[in-house]
Amino acid sequence: MSGRTLYDKLIDAHVVRKIDDDGLVLLYVDRTVLNEYTSPQAFAGLRAAGREVRNPAAALMVVDHVNPTAARRTRQMPDADATRQVDYFADNARDFGIEYFDILDPRQGIEHVVAPEQGLVMPGMVIAAGDSHTTAYGAFGALGYGIGTSDIEHYLATSTVLYRRLKTMRIDVTGRPSLGITSKDIVMEIIRRIGADGATGYAVEFAGPALTTMSVEARIVMSIMIVEAGARGVVIAPDQKVLDYLEGRPRAPKGEMWDRAARAWLQLRSDSDARFDREMTIDAGEVAPLVTWGTSPDQAIAVTERIPDPSGNATAERKTAATRALAYMGLAPGTPIQSVPIDFAFIGSCTNSRIEDLRDAAQIFRGRRVASGVRAIVVPGSTQVRAQAEAEGIAQILIDAGVEWRQSGCSMCLAMNDDILAPGQRSASSTNRNFEGRQGPGARTHLMSPAMVAAAAVTGRITDVRELIGGDAP
Amino acid sequence: MTPFHHVSGVAAPMTTPNIDTDVIMPKMFLKGVDRSGLGHGAFNLLRFNAGRPNPDFILNTDGYREACFLVVGANFGCGSSREHAVWGLLQLGIRALIGTTFAGIFSDNCANNGLLTISLDAATVSGIADIVANPARNRLSIDLEQQLIRIDGGGTVPFPIEPARKQAFLTGGDAISSTLVFADDISAFERRHWADNPWF
Repeated sequence: MSGRTLYDKLIDAHVVRKIDDDGLVLLYVDRTVLNEYTSPQAFAGLRAAGREVRNPAAALMVVDHVNPTAARRTRQMPDADATRQVDYFADNARDFGIEYFDILDPRQGIEHVVAPEQGLVMPGMVIAAGDSHTTAYGAFGALGYGIGTSDIEHYLATSTVLYRRLKTMRIDVTGRPSLGITSKDIVMEIIRRIGADGATGYAVEFAGPALTTMSVEARIVMSIMIVEAGARGVVIAPDQKVLDYLEGRPRAPKGEMWDRAARAWLQLRSDSDARFDREMTIDAGEVAPLVTWGTSPDQAIAVTERIPDPSGNATAERKTAATRALAYMGLAPGTPIQSVPIDFAFIGSCTNSRIEDLRDAAQIFRGRRVASGVRAIVVPGSTQVRAQAEAEGIAQILIDAGVEWRQSGCSMCLAMNDDILAPGQRSASSTNRNFEGRQGPGARTHLMSPAMVAAAAVTGRITDVRELIGGDAP
Repeated sequence: MTPFHHVSGVAAPMTTPNIDTDVIMPKMFLKGVDRSGLGHGAFNLLRFNAGRPNPDFILNTDGYREACFLVVGANFGCGSSREHAVWGLLQLGIRALIGTTFAGIFSDNCANNGLLTISLDAATVSGIADIVANPARNRLSIDLEQQLIRIDGGGTVPFPIEPARKQAFLTGGDAISSTLVFADDISAFERRHWADNPWF
């Protein structure tokens, strides 16, 4: 019998009981994080059925999706609907006894930034939450995955979800990324190679020497972004870097308990003879800065390339999709992506809003100005990240460059608040999704790393960041 | 949820790959605290131009306005976890989706709400899409009991479904009630789990 993957070990350790003979199990879930827009109908369901939340201590509620990000923070929401969602969210926190970070709480922020900050995420856990980017927690050796509102309700009532085991895919990251290349570029390269459904039905384990040398925050970026290839769960074996990140966090174990936990966590890894259903290797040394040109995250090219001709697609459907995407994006095949001018630059989202992302951006903005005609906003991932960036002088560098320095929230990742583009506006964005209408009806989104967004902001067009940092641009 | 036994009606082809949940349910319709009004939201930016029906969108064309099935491209429902996308499709009258692959969270959301997703190989899906692209031959019936799609335009296609999922669709049962039968198992599991991982 071959060994087990880390994913299988985490699932095995959380099976309450088998439900059928086709792999359906009742899976115990250790934690959830709740936001104001995917949770209301779950709480309404509990109320209608007269049910309690089984383990309120395992949940955290954070306002992040609908709140404004204006520099002066108030309880005021952008519109009546958002106000009602946040009011109902607060009512649910109070009535069901769940910890709640409201908009003025110094611990507020994007749920997937806040949960690790608070030490709520620990290796070995299963964490399911009502947001597709819950895979973030894979970076800590926890299995994180997204669920819908019905499953949130099921979890709150029972501490479990019904779960069908996924296939496993290992992605080995090798080589040494060159200057200016971030984990965002590496994961975007993986997505362009395997496609927007290349990991559908799989749990992905990232491994390999280049992964080991990456920071925990860089691993979080990979863990979140690979969802855009369809991955339903992510795991990365925890190492000393993960322990260093977690130690001393408010909810992390302390003292002798910490020592015991740390020893156990470092044992969490796939067996050397574990079999994966699919394996791939990516050489980080070959990755260039990536930019999307279309309306699906796999419609991406290196910044040095030209926009591809739709006729190069294998199927008629994909050709039609590419043609439609180019029409939506207002772009012509053959155009060098570097010549494309932008109206807006956005740095933020659970993917790229942590302190390292802001440091990367500040390196580009330092001593430069946002190009005329471009509006640039930076929305830190949490109020704590904001405070840290101010303490490190990053905020001042951004402000001096003409960037709007905002309060935290999901903001223009999905534009549910008042940070929204007008039809036809084009943005360079450090987010995950370039879908039609994602940043506003008719808005055009180009995904890239935070440093690449900063480079586009200061030149006014999509730019190879390596030209601004003295790297070896081709 | 509404049980699914045997449903007949019009099928509309929508075979672009990677139709995401932002397209199925745009952000403007996510700000409720209940499930109301989402039928209007479904495909809103494709269905309407400045408040007027977009004549080019398939569900606004002759023969497809009453569609209750969609024949969809690969990876339908990718992106955001928003269950509003599924509530909106149901409110629009869609009862089943026929495609190759469905995004994971979306597929679970469909199952939790009685919206049947049928996965078939690419050639079969493309064959059904070609038939129903003719408004004169666009009716199907889906018999879940028999696991059969009967195409009025010609042919019968069997489809696979896991027995537990089939049963859930047929009965329309409440998953939480079924799980709470195992409340003692959950508590017993939890005691062991916390003893093994006291830091949780």
